[in-house]
Amino acid sequence: MYDIENYYEAKSVEDAIAHLAADEKAEVIAGGTDVLVKLRAGKDVGCDLVSIHEIPELKGVDRLTDGTIVIGPATCFTDITNDPIIQERLPYLGEAVDTVGGPQIRNMGTIGGNLCNGATSADSGATMQTLDATLVLQGPEGSREVPVTEFYTGPGRTVRKRDEVLIAILVKPEDYIGYSGCYIKYGKRRSMEIATLGCCVRVKLEAVDAKQAEAGETGGTQDSSTTRREDAASTEQKDAAGSPALPGAGFSLADVRIGYGVAAPTPIRCRKTEQMLKGMSADDPAIYDIIATHVEEEVHPRSSWRASKEFRVQLIREMAKRALEQAILRGIGKGTPGAGDFLPVELEGKQKMRETMTQDTAEVARTADGGKDTGCGKGGEHHA
Amino acid sequence: MAVKTLAAGKAVSIMLEIVHMTVNGEEKELAVDPRESLLDTLRNRLNLTSVKRGCGVGECGACTVLIDGTAVDSCLYLTMWAEGKHILTVEGLKSPSGELNEVQQAFVDEAAVQCGFCTPGLILTGVELVNSGRKYTREELRKLISGHLCRCTGYENILNALEKVVGYH
Amino acid sequence: MEVVGKSMKRVDAFGKVTGEAKYTNDLCPKDALIAHVVHSTIANGEVLSIDTSEAEKVPGVVKIVTCFDVPDIQFPTAGHPWSVEAAHQDIADRKLLNTRVRLYGDDIAAIVGVDNVACERAERLLKIEYKEYPSFTTVEDALKPEATPLHPDLRKTNELIHTSFKSSPDYDYEQAKERAVREYGAEHVREYEQTYRTQRVSHCHIEVATSWAYVDVNGKVTVTASTQIPHIMRRVIAQALGWPVGKVRVIKPYLGGGFGNKQDILYEPLNAYLSVVCGGRCVCLETTREECISQTRVRHAVIGKTKALYTTDGRLLARTLDGYANKGAYASHGHAIAASVATVYKDLYNDAYGCRADMTTVFTNSASAGAMRAYGVPQSVFLADCQIDDICHREGFDPLKFRMDNCVGKGFRDPGNGITYYSYSMKECMRRGAEYIHWDEKRKAYANQTGPIRHGVGMSIFMYKVGVYPISLETSSARMILNQDGSIQVELSATEIGQGADTVFTQMASETTGITPDKVYIVSTQDTDLSPFDTGAYASRQSFVTGKAVKKCGLELRNRILDYAAYMLGRPVEELMIHDNNICERIPEEGTTIQTDLSAGNGYGYVPDGSVDENDRYQDWLDADVKHWNIDDLPSGRKSILRDTGKILAKPGKVLLSMKDLAENAFYSLDRSEHITAEVTNHCKENTYASGCTFADITVDMEMGTVKIDHLVNVHDSGTLLNPQLAEAQVHGGMAMGIGYALSEELLYNEKGRPLNNNLLDFKIPTALDVPDLKVIFLQMDDPMGPYGNKALGEPPVISVAPAIRNAILNATGVAMNELPMTQQRLVAAFQQHGLI
Repeated sequence: MYDIENYYEAKSVEDAIAHLAADEKAEVIAGGTDVLVKLRAGKDVGCDLVSIHEIPELKGVDRLTDGTIVIGPATCFTDITNDPIIQERLPYLGEAVDTVGGPQIRNMGTIGGNLCNGATSADSGATMQTLDATLVLQGPEGSREVPVTEFYTGPGRTVRKRDEVLIAILVKPEDYIGYSGCYIKYGKRRSMEIATLGCCVRVKLEAVDAKQAEAGETGGTQDSSTTRREDAASTEQKDAAGSPALPGAGFSLADVRIGYGVAAPTPIRCRKTEQMLKGMSADDPAIYDIIATHVEEEVHPRSSWRASKEFRVQLIREMAKRALEQAILRGIGKGTPGAGDFLPVELEGKQKMRETMTQDTAEVARTADGGKDTGCGKGGEHHA
Repeated sequence: MAVKTLAAGKAVSIMLEIVHMTVNGEEKELAVDPRESLLDTLRNRLNLTSVKRGCGVGECGACTVLIDGTAVDSCLYLTMWAEGKHILTVEGLKSPSGELNEVQQAFVDEAAVQCGFCTPGLILTGVELVNSGRKYTREELRKLISGHLCRCTGYENILNALEKVVGYH
Repeated sequence: MEVVGKSMKRVDAFGKVTGEAKYTNDLCPKDALIAHVVHSTIANGEVLSIDTSEAEKVPGVVKIVTCFDVPDIQFPTAGHPWSVEAAHQDIADRKLLNTRVRLYGDDIAAIVGVDNVACERAERLLKIEYKEYPSFTTVEDALKPEATPLHPDLRKTNELIHTSFKSSPDYDYEQAKERAVREYGAEHVREYEQTYRTQRVSHCHIEVATSWAYVDVNGKVTVTASTQIPHIMRRVIAQALGWPVGKVRVIKPYLGGGFGNKQDILYEPLNAYLSVVCGGRCVCLETTREECISQTRVRHAVIGKTKALYTTDGRLLARTLDGYANKGAYASHGHAIAASVATVYKDLYNDAYGCRADMTTVFTNSASAGAMRAYGVPQSVFLADCQIDDICHREGFDPLKFRMDNCVGKGFRDPGNGITYYSYSMKECMRRGAEYIHWDEKRKAYANQTGPIRHGVGMSIFMYKVGVYPISLETSSARMILNQDGSIQVELSATEIGQGADTVFTQMASETTGITPDKVYIVSTQDTDLSPFDTGAYASRQSFVTGKAVKKCGLELRNRILDYAAYMLGRPVEELMIHDNNICERIPEEGTTIQTDLSAGNGYGYVPDGSVDENDRYQDWLDADVKHWNIDDLPSGRKSILRDTGKILAKPGKVLLSMKDLAENAFYSLDRSEHITAEVTNHCKENTYASGCTFADITVDMEMGTVKIDHLVNVHDSGTLLNPQLAEAQVHGGMAMGIGYALSEELLYNEKGRPLNNNLLDFKIPTALDVPDLKVIFLQMDDPMGPYGNKALGEPPVISVAPAIRNAILNATGVAMNELPMTQQRLVAAFQQHGLI
């Protein structure tokens, strides 16, 4: 049992705010995966809870006519990942929140909670930074909009007042149309993990050829990416004769956005590095040196028992390169599924060896186990 | 033994509230303490002890139940939220004549059960996957069961069991 | 054999997939009071006072007990059989609650209340005064002269025990060196010195340590507990309370994993005491996950300073280990685990001149180290096999060949304890593993790699004694009772802890009695008032030690049944046998004697007439075998080697009587009513070694410090497999535990001795995404010691995984990781240090 004094299930946002305003001991609870864990650890015990768990208007994802995407803060991570709008427009955000905890936690925890807990390790944090998302907070005095880049005031702290409810997360069309991106979560294991480091890089590619660029700009969002993919395919053919080139030939970086979690006390952007990369050719090897070198000047990682500063710096550099490369690859329609994972990629030679091995080992097992490839001697030859 | 005995003994709970939910197909009207997690309620009020407490903070998956078909950690789910919802635990899986559900049977056949403490939760995730009507690769299954910690099996036979039911053959 | 050796489904599988199998807390009455342990917030010092006055006012609090209230009795907690010799008794070094604080979170008070909220609120109102001493969580700090001795009543310093094991009494490393130079010439002799470290890890069984207790109407304090060792627990609770053993009753239902942690007495004596002081009311003491990780037991962290002497052509001459085991705050299993580190280090390789292994167990202000799967041997093999691969890496030796040339040999007998390696398979295990992983091809392919992604293969071997004889007592009882329908109950105090004990005992009882397994009902719950004595689940003993008791009991029951059948049928016993739930004619196959296949699993374990001379066959094995049976000469796969037992082979003939009719008659006959039961004790004075190896094929991402395991194979010789499907499953679990041990698991402390990651989010046991597909290969060598040719399997799978992965990293990168776990941060730091990134 959780040590709370009172519990109230709010019927609407206004109802929730009224109860929060009327009761100084009251705290908001949405998915529960942070609030209840804290209560169990003895923090804020004896408080009153105002639940926004059952308010439908806070759930779901919408796209307004002007292209603005509205994310309901009480939408759970799984629903974000599976949402068609997210999958089409903000797939990197869907990927990012698909790394939170494990499946059950993702069925409960909410994107709004992920922001409001103020954690630098929140898996949506880095991506939200690169999206320049706007957070709409509503309190007794009315509502206000806060850019996500101004939302955090310190580790575990945000500008949200106790009696305010996050009612919407807005992503404007200019912040996502034409962009591709990649979030890499680095942890000590591949699930049930707090990020040791999270890195999101998003790029907006622009075809160097003017005609292609025009087609890209006028085509709107989805159409443009289709056009780009076709262009990329033709570019690729040109490259095929030459040496293995870096991805993105024929494109320049019209915009680059770099966001980190756990690289500082709050999620951050690396705007200076972004500026340096803007306008460079997407296949210029120098972009990887620049990103690795200069992000280091913009981050403030700390040593903790979870990871040393030196280790984090190494990850910050390396992950930026990998996320940038993947963002470009995705921009030309050649992304790698599962690239957000931190495990080493397979090499071609290794893959071949693996294939031959699978065949051979079947034989080994047969010899060893009397005809069955189970490795456990299910055959009865020796049990006469 | 020189221990002073207190006169106390009566708990002071906040007022009980009525919650309606369908548990394993049966409609229930329960008076619960709003401080209860669904785990507390299922175990202590409904004696559904297959729902196990392994950590109390959503880190092990032993308390997984299906709420309206979705797997959640019942330890981090307030019972108050279950109003009007359908809850499924493994106690609700057997057929009326006592036959095992296909996921349960696969766990038995593939020796996916050892100490059995993580088993009910994993089976429910398996049921959730079956209900999706989809097929899954082994790697997808690894991710989908990664919210359940198991210390006995190395997950190998659990994956074998699930592949048997929802894998590509 | 007809039943043993088959992949029968677990007898408890149905109950476990339906939720019908009840675990400790599932059975707790819903109105039980809740116990909450108050832990110290300092790591070293003394409790001066605890003011409970405010806490007592919290509604719902029933009782508060502090360290100043409990009986002045020190008791031991190790799950060892009691020793009648005082010198060998476990160390009694704690009370139910302690004023002397020896680790952060030491148990200093307990609150009993109606619910957890009341208890937690009360705890926050306790006023506790401490006197604090500087704390130390490492062996190095604990051995400094200024370190406060944690148990001044037992030891003047923090050194608990030091032992030295030698391969022979006159062995000396320095003399070995002189001799080496003399015999091989200085230019052909090399020396290697290195220190290796293993970490403190938690068992992380998914069911936490938990119990509930009440005083029954007969005055017995009755404790239902999640334990591997109900009878030992009964004795320790009695000791802790100062009560006679008979006044304590322990009940053990289904159990959600133990791995050795529940081979220790944890909070159960305190639970019993709390019930007693609450007037016998039922009190439940379920640990939190945090308590379960940092306040129960852990695996010993070990530091091993090693030296080795070898020749340039690959002969291992001599080794030396000076090791330290971090005991934590309380003695628990004492020095037994450190001793195990030393003996296996010494025995695993056949040094030409000899080996010395010294271990010292040291108290520190950290979680008490106790038993954990494989009892010191994972640490031991990490030290030994890192050392071997480091030598090979330095000299360009092939680690497989080096091991083949230098590993423990056939017929090995430990000079110290006499344990003999009967069925020898070490080299064949290595061959099978190497074949599976494609050792030779990969060692070539992976040579001289550069670049950010690198591959490696590595290996490690192990040997593991099955039970604890002759170091400690091995005794076990079994009881079988014939029911009216011809089925039987089997009652044991060997415990089912997830490993499948109930299932294999069912198979054994069926095999030996001739009653089919569906008519063998094993009683899964142990109740010390009802169940015959056994010391419980530890070592990898039960299928071996209890298995012998089951076999002996089964034979006795069978003889009684046949005796009654002889009476009913009016025929001599010699003409009868039980087969498939019937009394049948026994048809001797004249001129055919029983041939046992020494290389397969049907050998000595089963002789249809049951008249096995246990003692005779051991000697016979040694005489015959070493001469005639050489597995090294066998090609992969099996070859039967038959031995004539001299006994006439028999087969079942005509069915004469069903077991049902016999049983009904035996119960209700007006002429001769006889309730057919059997109960035996088997004092086991045998032991043997199981062995095997791990091969790992990995990919390393140099810049990110990540290791991906592409292939992992464990090869095991555990004798005849009792149930191949369950055996394989058990190996999977051990391998996964080995992966966590290698790469991610470690219980950490801050500078004040406070545990940092005692939860399942921060203590990184592998998830399904962190474990690759696991390959298991078995060699089934019939062991003459095993009741059914079987040897240890429960613990061994975890042993050689971490060193195999470590050696694969060495192969991939040339970097020797000398400390576990090989976390990403440590890898990156090492790669940076070596200029690789």
